Parts: sequence; C-alpha cells; structure tokens
Amino acid sequence: MNIVVCIKQVPDTTEVKINPQTNTLMREGVPSIINPFDMYAIEEGLRLRERFGGRVTLLTMGPPQAKDALREALGLGADAAVLLSDRAFAGADTLATSTTLAKGVEKVGNVDLVICGKQAADGDTAQVGPGTAERLGWPHTSFVRKIHEVAGGSIKLERMTETGYEVVEMRLPAVITVVKEINEPRLPSLKGQIRAKSAEIPAWTAADLGATPEQLGLSGSPTQVVRIFTPERRSGGKILEGSLAEQLDFLVARLRETKAV
Amino acid sequence: MPILVSSDKCTACEACVSGCPFGAMQVVSGTAAAGDGCTLCGACVDVCPVGAIELQVERKAAGTSAGDYRDVWVFAEQRGGRAAGVVLELLGEGRKLADQLGEKLCAVLFGDKVEQTARELLAFGADTVYLFEDPSLANYQDDLYASAMTELVRAEKPGIILLGATSIGRSLGPRVATRLGTGLTADCTGLAIDPEKKNLLQTRPAFGGNIMATIVCPNHRPQMATVRPKVMARAKRDDSRHGEIVRKALPKGVDLRTRVLEVVDELSETANIAEADVIVSGGRGMGDPKNFSLLEKLAKVLGGAVGASRAAVDAGWYPYSHQVGQTGKTVNPKIYFACGISGAVQHLVGMQSSEIIIAINENPEAPIFKVATYGIVGDVLEVVPALTEAFRRVRG
Repeated sequence: MNIVVCIKQVPDTTEVKINPQTNTLMREGVPSIINPFDMYAIEEGLRLRERFGGRVTLLTMGPPQAKDALREALGLGADAAVLLSDRAFAGADTLATSTTLAKGVEKVGNVDLVICGKQAADGDTAQVGPGTAERLGWPHTSFVRKIHEVAGGSIKLERMTETGYEVVEMRLPAVITVVKEINEPRLPSLKGQIRAKSAEIPAWTAADLGATPEQLGLSGSPTQVVRIFTPERRSGGKILEGSLAEQLDFLVARLRETKAV
Repeated sequence: MPILVSSDKCTACEACVSGCPFGAMQVVSGTAAAGDGCTLCGACVDVCPVGAIELQVERKAAGTSAGDYRDVWVFAEQRGGRAAGVVLELLGEGRKLADQLGEKLCAVLFGDKVEQTARELLAFGADTVYLFEDPSLANYQDDLYASAMTELVRAEKPGIILLGATSIGRSLGPRVATRLGTGLTADCTGLAIDPEKKNLLQTRPAFGGNIMATIVCPNHRPQMATVRPKVMARAKRDDSRHGEIVRKALPKGVDLRTRVLEVVDELSETANIAEADVIVSGGRGMGDPKNFSLLEKLAKVLGGAVGASRAAVDAGWYPYSHQVGQTGKTVNPKIYFACGISGAVQHLVGMQSSEIIIAINENPEAPIFKVATYGIVGDVLEVVPALTEAFRRVRG
C-alpha cells in the first residue's frame, strides 16, 4: 500500500496561558509540536504498512521550520517526507490548504490512501481532510476509529458518530481522517531517530506542484479573519462557607428551587 | 520575510503581538516585526487597526457576485428520519439572519419517507423545504448528498448555508464548499450580519478556545458555516405556519464510492451528555478511574449523565463520548457539576453556558472557581458521596 500521511506543525495549545492582568494570551515559550491528532494518523499508516507492505510518505505544508515536525515523524518509522513550502502558500485557509496538499499527493504519485488526523489543534476545523479528498476527486471518510480490512481495492472501516459508529466500505484510492480511539501511537526508536537526522527532506514549491497561483495561499482563500479577541469569561459566583453539612444543605435547597432536581 | 510593516503607519500598539497565534510578532524599536515563528498565516494583517501590515502576496478579488445570491439555507440533517437537534437551533438562528436580510429561510432535507419531518421544518420556521426523498438517502452518503446539494446550490444560488458541526455536517460541508470553490467556517458559536456590507460575520473559538476569531467570506458565495450544537437557541414550533415543500429529483449517475454496511447505536446504555439537564463531570482530581463510580451514583440520584474532562479521557479513565470541551462536546445543562476539574480554557468553552455550575475542588485557586456559581473547596471523594446522600434524603 502506498500511503501518504498529512501532518501539521502547531503551537502546543495546552501550553497557552492567559495573562490574568491583561486578559491576553501569553505565548512566550510555547513550543511547536506535531498536531496531536496527526500522531494517530502516522501510527495507523505505519500499522497498515506492517500489515500490507508498501511505503509511508509524510507530507506537510508550512514554513521551512516545519521540517522539524517531519524529521520527528520520520523518527517513528516513515519512509520519506516532503515539505510543501513557498511564499505563494502563505495565508491559506482550509480551501487553499486542501488544494495544495492534493497537488502534493498527486506529485508523490500512485497513492492508495491518504491519512490525516481528524483536525488540527490550532484551527480545530476538521475540513482539510475532506477538502483534500474533493480536490483529488477521491472519496473520504472522516472520524475513522477502526480499520477492519483492506482488500479488493476497497477499505472497510468504522466511522464514529454522535451516538455510536457506522461500518463503512469505501473504494480506494481514498482519504481518511482518524480519531484517537484508533490506536496507541508508538514512541520513536533510536534507530529511527538516527536515520531521521540525516534523511533528505525535499521541499516542493508552487512551481514544482504545477499549481496556479490564484488557487493558493491568500489568493486562493475565500475566507478572511477580520477580528481576533479573547473570549468573555463567565464571572464567578461564591465559594460556600461553613461546615460541609451546612454547605450541602444550602446547595441542595438552591438546586431544588431550579426544579431540575 | 514577506510580512511587511510600514514604520510610518505602525503605532506600536501591539495588537499584532497578541493577535499572532504563534507569538511571532514583536515590537522592535517602535515598529512591529515578524520573527522566526511566523507561518505567514496573515492573522496580524487582519488585526492591525491602522493597516500597517501587509502580506506580500496578491489577494485577487476573483469570486462570485454577491448580488445574485440570496436566501439563508439550513442543511436539515436527519438520522432515522428525525431531524437532528442542531437543525432546530439552525432554524432559530437562520430565521434571525433571514429576517435581517429580508430574505427567505429554506431547509434542505434528504431522506427516505421524511415528508412529516419536512412539515415540521416548516413549523419550526422554514419558508421553503427542498425535499429529496429516496430509499438510497436513508443513511448519510457523502457522494450522493454532496452531488445533490452542489447541484441545488448552483441552481438556486443561496447567500448563506448553515450546517450543524456534527460528524455529518463536518463531512458534507467541506465536500460541498470545495466543489463550489467557496469558503467554509468551521464550528461557529456566533453568527451576525455586518450591517454595512451585509456579509455573514462568523465567530468561532480557535487555539483550544483561548481566542475567538471572526471570519468573513466577502468575495465568494454562498457563505458557508458549520455551527456548534447546543450553542444557538432552538426555534419555537408553530404548527399554524405555512410554507412550501419543493420536491427535487436526485442527480443521475452519481458514482457511490462509499457504502454504509451497518449503523450501531452505542449511547442507549450510557446517558447522552449532549441532551442531559444535569451533568456530573470528573477530571484528573478524581484520583483514580474507579472513583468515577461516585459520579455515576450522584448522576443516577439526579437523573443526570456523567461527563469527563479531556485530561481524564486522555488518561483512559472514561470514554471519549463523554468528553466535555473544545475537542469533545459542548453542553448547556441546567446544572453542571465539575468534580476534580481544574478548569482549563478548553474545558470551560464546552460548559460555561450551563445555567448553574458547581465546582468541587481541593485547590481554592483552581480556575474553575472563577466561573462556578457555587464552589465547594474540599476533597471530591468526601464531598461527592455526601452530596449524593443529601439528595437521596430529600428525594426520599
């Protein structure tokens, strides 16, 4: 199986703190990491390769420093990595990003399956996987929690829904996005890390992809951010006092007034 | 760097410094500049109040002419023939937007034997329901839904399309938007019409809920958004309302590349937190997964459901389907108990619209107390059972 795993380098949002005085984000020292959901995509790609043979190629669109994310992922055992990097990609929304990644997948060539994490931790859109499938002209299944089998040119899997799951059969080539229930990502091996350190990571530009500039970056992005602000926080109430029994009596009385209990 | 800052215009106000999602903007000797972390996302360009920052790329105003596109559409997602709860929320919000624009509110319904559901959509505020009825539409199918939706959009030219940010809406939305070459804003929590330009202002949380971003799609139509469930108010039902049901035929010859073999409902045994009036949630402060049984007991006495923080779910203590927060579910119950939950921003965005929040935590400095209606400082393992007992007594 020829597999492409799309990954994204993101700021670690769990490390972001709010400055209580100014109510603004404190980003000093926030590390860049591989999008946590992408770790499950990488792992699933490696497991499919172990079952069915083939190759796992990593793909990311980003600035030159996104190579660090690719190198880290190579250390987990992927065969190759490609960086899509060009000024023309700058300012891309999900549509332009999907277009760029699809061009990258086409250039890798002979791909059977593209795997993405369900969403990126910075944007949380979950739109780039399905958008990439549409640009490729391939089917997709989002929120995949299990792969049953790959046989006869199709893949059988479980798609997570709000109330359970669905078993879906899909023709290949195709795109899937995966949720964290799908596997337990491995740790990098020492051998993998050593190999990753010296691995060649080609960087493809817009010209390499043969993409028309109007479809890329800011020019190819219908949406624009017009305002960014810190959300209003609900203001706090009171911390109860007295003995635990007194606190509970007060609480039970108040909650009974609401008729919800 | 292709981030150009005009030193004449820049007032060193630092709006871009706090607006940069990557912390890459700094003010150096009175002028803003992009540093190493810059990913050229363009956020600084948008937040600069004096227009001093430019991304050195051309933004072409190619696109569609807004004038030809009108009406507000709601994708009426259904499972088992019943419209999803979020559809009623979209109709409530869509009605306001349509009235403000002086346009119609329309619903698009796909399904098998769903005419009754179509009538209900009229009662909940739709002026027109576009109805596709066919046995092949009983379950969601990407290829069929996307082709039919795209064809209908091209023919009818709506100005706005709203979908629920559900597993179906988040699969169909990007398919359709990409095929149409238009913008799609994910998981919105606020919608409004710009009074001057009449564009849809789409507000959503980003960076784990740490910031809010307002997004527009000025030069392309339709403007598409998925909307987070349980955020907007539901439309009120009025069976005396009149409207039209317009039947549409499915496009011919759509290649069906995915097939649903089986639909499995798992939520019947465990209560659904998205619909519960009372939620008892636990975090890492519960100390051990087996202590979640204390929460289950309290939830049972109150007729509620059990939720969990991301930290508890990540630790494998409770299933993801119970996770409350930015990457889990948004809930707005009448009463929310946060037990041993510190109150990280990504958790707060998923529960802070609850009517009453009760926080139980050992640490009086925990951020959860800042949003709680009532706080009890104490050991959850002692307080929760005592609370269960107290409610059991009053309920007899």
